[in-house]
Amino acid sequence: MTLKALFAASATAALLLALPAHAGQLTIGFSQIGSESGWRAAETSVSKQEATKRQVNLKIADAQQKQENQIKAIRSFIAQNVDAIFLAPVVSTGWDSVLKEAKEAKIPVVLLDRDIDPSGKELYLTAVTSDSVHEGEVAGDWLAKTVGTKPCNIVELQGTVGASVATNRKKGFDTAVAKHANLKVVRSQTGDFTRAKGKEVMESFIKAEGGGKNICAVYAHNDDMMVGAIQAMKEAGLKPGKDILTVSIDAVPDIFKAMVAGEANATVELTPNMAGPALDAVAAFKDKGTVPPKWIQTESKLYTAADDPQKIYDSKKGLGY
Amino acid sequence: MTALLPRRGFAQILALIVILAVDRVVSPQFFDLRLQDGRLFGSLIDVLNRGTPVALLSLGMVLVIATRGIDLSVGAVMAICGAIAASLADTHGLPVVLAAALGAGLVCGLWNGFLVAVLGMQPIVATLILMVAGRGIAQLITEGRIVTFSSPDLVWLGNGSVLGLPVPVVIALSMLILTGAVVRGSALGLLIEATGGNARASELAGVGTRAMIIAVYVWCGICAALAGVIAAADIMGADANNAGLWLELDAILAVVIGGTSLFGGRFSLVLAVLGALIIQTMNTGILLSGYPPEFNLLVKAVVVLAVLLLQSPKLSGFAGIATRLKRTKA
Repeated sequence: MTLKALFAASATAALLLALPAHAGQLTIGFSQIGSESGWRAAETSVSKQEATKRQVNLKIADAQQKQENQIKAIRSFIAQNVDAIFLAPVVSTGWDSVLKEAKEAKIPVVLLDRDIDPSGKELYLTAVTSDSVHEGEVAGDWLAKTVGTKPCNIVELQGTVGASVATNRKKGFDTAVAKHANLKVVRSQTGDFTRAKGKEVMESFIKAEGGGKNICAVYAHNDDMMVGAIQAMKEAGLKPGKDILTVSIDAVPDIFKAMVAGEANATVELTPNMAGPALDAVAAFKDKGTVPPKWIQTESKLYTAADDPQKIYDSKKGLGY
Repeated sequence: MTALLPRRGFAQILALIVILAVDRVVSPQFFDLRLQDGRLFGSLIDVLNRGTPVALLSLGMVLVIATRGIDLSVGAVMAICGAIAASLADTHGLPVVLAAALGAGLVCGLWNGFLVAVLGMQPIVATLILMVAGRGIAQLITEGRIVTFSSPDLVWLGNGSVLGLPVPVVIALSMLILTGAVVRGSALGLLIEATGGNARASELAGVGTRAMIIAVYVWCGICAALAGVIAAADIMGADANNAGLWLELDAILAVVIGGTSLFGGRFSLVLAVLGALIIQTMNTGILLSGYPPEFNLLVKAVVVLAVLLLQSPKLSGFAGIATRLKRTKA
């Protein structure tokens, strides 16, 4: 958590506490993991926006990547008798006892972005997460549609070896590509989700594939690696987005900048708006008693140069990515 | 010295040649070079260019290790200095940016040196403090996001070229020559080795060991700062979470591969840089080979083990018996 954001968060919290809660206004406690990545910061700011939009009093507790802080935060939300609790769990196990306390207090819990161990399924109302296998599929389908029937050699920049997101995004993409005989993943190597490694790995791909002449498309498990790969292609005298198609996942602001410059083709959004669907589910549950499904899947939206990337960049750059 | 160097560097040079040969086998175009927009382009250039950060770190690290110290904070110092450079790049000229980044590296080195030499903390603990805190400082500077810049001067430091060679390589080479000239052109190198060999005896003999220790940590900080600026310039942005992450371990490995003992007392700058090149030649080879990434670390571990075994006195003892027999006969 940056100091500035911390001050802003506590100031917002103080302000919200000071406001008189008018009748029917929901108060929701949100135990956020912390500020591990730009996406996480964006999720926090979008959550605040969505709550304001629905006139919900959202109290955000920053756990600084520690489970004990999250448990403390949940207990304090229970003590304050909030209407619902949002939890972005830092790990998948060890939640049973605190979630039971919430259940006994009749406070519904909604998981955001990450799931927890299946043993606790009855302990929460619903989980709002993205399907990372589906994200890979959306990327693969776009590529298949764009390439058509031409033969296409694809190189893949994987995320950190062993990370579930990386495994899933690879699986989804492989499934989509396997349906088309003309598409072939010729090289796949990890870029550790970082720009620097993405660039280094792309440099080696270009050398190994005849100076890049044999590569028709790059698929990266996140946009940051793609930003690095785009630099590597440019330095090798290639035109990313034209000579070599690009498709990556996350939809961070900088990939839209590359799209404006014509150097990136497509990205699949991992939406930072997990709170919106969660707020709607809680409101329906409180008002009409509608029990939501156990899993609310967020949309994995595809963005290309046709979607006015400049406008998206402008709208995203202030979110803290 | 000149007579000593080839014998001391034999294992490292042999290892480098073997790894280069393996790279040629897994990737037939490994030695291809061509000019692309006025700069050399090819896998060999990638090895030199990508090896630069670790080579720079190892230049400082080898001096620290020669005093029987260790600096775990260099990766975090890279992140701090890269973040400073990136935040200033678009509003200030290159001299200001460089002065601020290198100044920060110097301050970090002073802090480490102060903890070790003045407060007498164990180096591994003293530098661990900055290793952990430093990344947090870098994140505060960048506010947790990747700070990008477009200042052509700073970008040139990462992506430009001089006579076809990438600028980072030229910088690393200049730093090697400069460091070598300072420590080997004077008695400084000897005094550093004396400090590491036996600090108390050296102190009694009139060596300012405290000043020596502070000086090597400061130099290590400056080298790390330079590596951080180059890493940021390379991707046109400062990534506080990942810049220089775990590179302190690669730098220590480079020094060890270069035959410098972790117990201090003697060192070789050239061989430490050669160690960094061995690591990078291996890394680039792995990337070119097309093996699944799950094997990366395994291959790396096996190669490092082989290189270290090559240097082991016990093992070379067996091989050495034959040579010694020959010598006694002659």
